[in-house]
Amino acid sequence: MKVFIYPTNSLILSDLVERFGHEPLAVMQEISKRVNTPGLDSPPLNITPEDPKLGLKYAAVEVPSGVRGRMSLFGPLISQAEAAIIVRDPVVSFGCMGCARTNELVNFLIRSKKIPMLDLDYPTSEEEAKEFVYKISQFLKSLKPAEEKK
Amino acid sequence: MDSITKMIVINSKKVLPSDVVVKLYESNADVMIKETCFGVMVSGERTVVNRLLSEIRKMDPYGMFIKERGFLPGEPNRCRATRRGGARPGFHMLETEDRLLPNIAQGLRALDRGEVPVKKELKKKLDVEKLKKIIANAEV
Repeated sequence: MKVFIYPTNSLILSDLVERFGHEPLAVMQEISKRVNTPGLDSPPLNITPEDPKLGLKYAAVEVPSGVRGRMSLFGPLISQAEAAIIVRDPVVSFGCMGCARTNELVNFLIRSKKIPMLDLDYPTSEEEAKEFVYKISQFLKSLKPAEEKK
Repeated sequence: MDSITKMIVINSKKVLPSDVVVKLYESNADVMIKETCFGVMVSGERTVVNRLLSEIRKMDPYGMFIKERGFLPGEPNRCRATRRGGARPGFHMLETEDRLLPNIAQGLRALDRGEVPVKKELKKKLDVEKLKKIIANAEV
């Protein structure tokens, strides 16, 4: 099953989802498509003026183009998602993926999709980590296994 | 050909990035390999990389964490060598999660042992009456 993860570039979530036999939907695969597809000409991320237009599907025209540009990356992932694992208020959302409005919109869209969803906090101790891993494993076991990608 | 780049973040007491690189070279697979400070990056055809990394993970299943990477290894727009130093974009995310990896590894070990974690009691918010008492006691 395709599992959307938030933070969308999380190593831990991406690894755990793959470890338990599902396909993580992470932003890296969208970036990879843009960066490695020949013919696009707006390095480094190849976000072209077309992308904010694609983002119009998710946000109105008066919303900053940064939000709409980001949504052109996250949107396809959300539309493919069959389940989701969300970490609440990750500290890293202040950093590289630090667009608070986009993050709010992503959370809203994924919640409004009414798919199986697991809400968690990042662990701060060993006991919390055990619970974190256990909850994720139980959640992923309750989903149908992913098909092998060829 | 569907190509993919994956990064292995190593947080292990018994495996070093160089050990993984040697193992990857031994496999003779048609992939590009780069050793980094946090682990190894592997780039190649999707099926080859996935098969290879599932084998590599067996070296230390609790000490290796794998995720996909958008950029190729050594991409000039990401690599510090061509960006005049400073943190690589994505470094802070990696650094934050890297600190959690030992605990996550313990969680995975506990899961394999069949441990069921005890449900943590949620902290209750401070009652208003109790707060009022604290304030009254603190007043000089």
